[in-house]
Amino acid sequence: MTDTSTDPAGTAEERPDDQHRSAAVVVEGVSKVFGTPKRGQVHALDDVSLTVAPGELVSLIGPSGCGKSTLLRIIGDLIEPTAGSVVVNGKPAHRARLDNDYGMAFQQAGLFDWRTVSRNVELPLELQGVSKAERGARAAEALELVKLGDFAGNHPWELSGGMQQRVAIARALVTRPGLLLMDEPFGALDEMTREHMQAELQRIRSELGTSVVFVTHSIPEAVYLADRVVVMSPRPGRITDVVDVDLGPDRTDETRTDPSFFERVTEVRAALRGIERAERDAGRDPDLDVPHQQGDGW
Amino acid sequence: MTRLARVLPAVVLGIVLLVAWEVWVEVGRVATYLLPKPSAIGEQLDVQRDVILDAARMTGANALFGLLLGSVAGIVMALAASRWSVFREMLAPVAAAANALPLIAVTPVLNNAISNTSQTPRRLVVALVVFFPVFINLLRGLSEVEATHLELMRSYAASPKAVALKVRLPGALPHLVTGLKIAAPLAVITALVAEYFGGPQGGLGYFIASNAAQTRTAQAWAHVTAACLLGLTFFLAAIALERVAMPWRARRDGSLA
Repeated sequence: MTDTSTDPAGTAEERPDDQHRSAAVVVEGVSKVFGTPKRGQVHALDDVSLTVAPGELVSLIGPSGCGKSTLLRIIGDLIEPTAGSVVVNGKPAHRARLDNDYGMAFQQAGLFDWRTVSRNVELPLELQGVSKAERGARAAEALELVKLGDFAGNHPWELSGGMQQRVAIARALVTRPGLLLMDEPFGALDEMTREHMQAELQRIRSELGTSVVFVTHSIPEAVYLADRVVVMSPRPGRITDVVDVDLGPDRTDETRTDPSFFERVTEVRAALRGIERAERDAGRDPDLDVPHQQGDGW
Repeated sequence: MTRLARVLPAVVLGIVLLVAWEVWVEVGRVATYLLPKPSAIGEQLDVQRDVILDAARMTGANALFGLLLGSVAGIVMALAASRWSVFREMLAPVAAAANALPLIAVTPVLNNAISNTSQTPRRLVVALVVFFPVFINLLRGLSEVEATHLELMRSYAASPKAVALKVRLPGALPHLVTGLKIAAPLAVITALVAEYFGGPQGGLGYFIASNAAQTRTAQAWAHVTAACLLGLTFFLAAIALERVAMPWRARRDGSLA
């Protein structure tokens, strides 16, 4: 964030308050500690600040345990931060979750086997109490968007992995949220399907103007998709680099062979190498994972 | 592969074994009062058809009553145990331990305690035996919900009731069916063996025991054959239930197990 106090003009869009109101996501000074002092603590995140502009796609990348998934879950109010604040869509993250202001997609498609594709997509609307007719229409619209209009009546087990993930994206979009939170959604797909899905996501995003926070392990994926790549390092999780990707809004297959694409990939890789080296110098195992919190109970 | 081609090897093996058995006894390697020929057993199945059908009806009714009673009890208790941790902590260890006990052994005691002339003790034993696989499997299903599904429901700010009705209960259905698939043949075996321990006369188990005691071996084997068919019927019914309740699983596995 830029310091605006020295700006004599004090233009409206640069005042911090307005930035809060207009930004898709504002994360300020967020820390997260798992565990208790007695049983051992893990500092998953330490003083992380990040702003996502409307319509912007930000990739979070970093080694295991850097807290990128934790950060995503804090933005979505699935996990509470130990310190700091999160504003989504101009509201506190908790309020934004209650208002269904964002859609979410995970590495597992997480579809329900006993529901048809259409009824899977309808689920968030069902929970909102939307009428049956409108649910069907909006699910059809969302499925059209991911080009699965012909599969509305099928069951998830009849679809390939990539198609299932597209259904999950349709489900995340069906409430027409301004923000998508995605946790390695293409991580389980083969390389060709993965590239196809990335292109699809780009198309959908430019069609809808949705802001996206995208967690990934893959450097080319992060660069191809993002307007900004945020590089994170572990123990404690924090942001070490932010790489601006100046490839323009229209990313195609040609983008993947563009020299400036490779430059950004190299830049991100260098940042990650630096983290890896620092980890090894500190005598730590770079593959150690942060414990994952899970809710249960009815 | 067509359905016929898939079952053909098993059918061929069955026929070969039956023929080998017939020939083995025919050439006099085994006394017929020890092991009758398959043809003799088949003959008895025909001659004793009415007796066998009556017996099968009695045993089948006991198995079915017990299965229903035990399953309903198992389902109710599993729901309670997964909903309230107090119940879970009380019930789960007891259930696991009791599952290892030969519950059928309590039949004579129940015969004395309840009635020597009614089918009730047999049905209760079946219910008791059936209870545990249903309870344990369903409880596991209710407790093991995919983490992704729970996070998803949380992101929708779904109410606990919605999570229960739309995720937890339908998600536990496969485990319930697994429990029922174990319980169904077990119900027949238990109903059958319970007849060995006294109580009213009749039933396949009673006739197997009494025919065997009087070395009417072919008659005993005819009743054993009927018992196999009865057990198979229950198992196939459980599989049919699975096909109806969860077409995706039948599709994915495509097997009897």
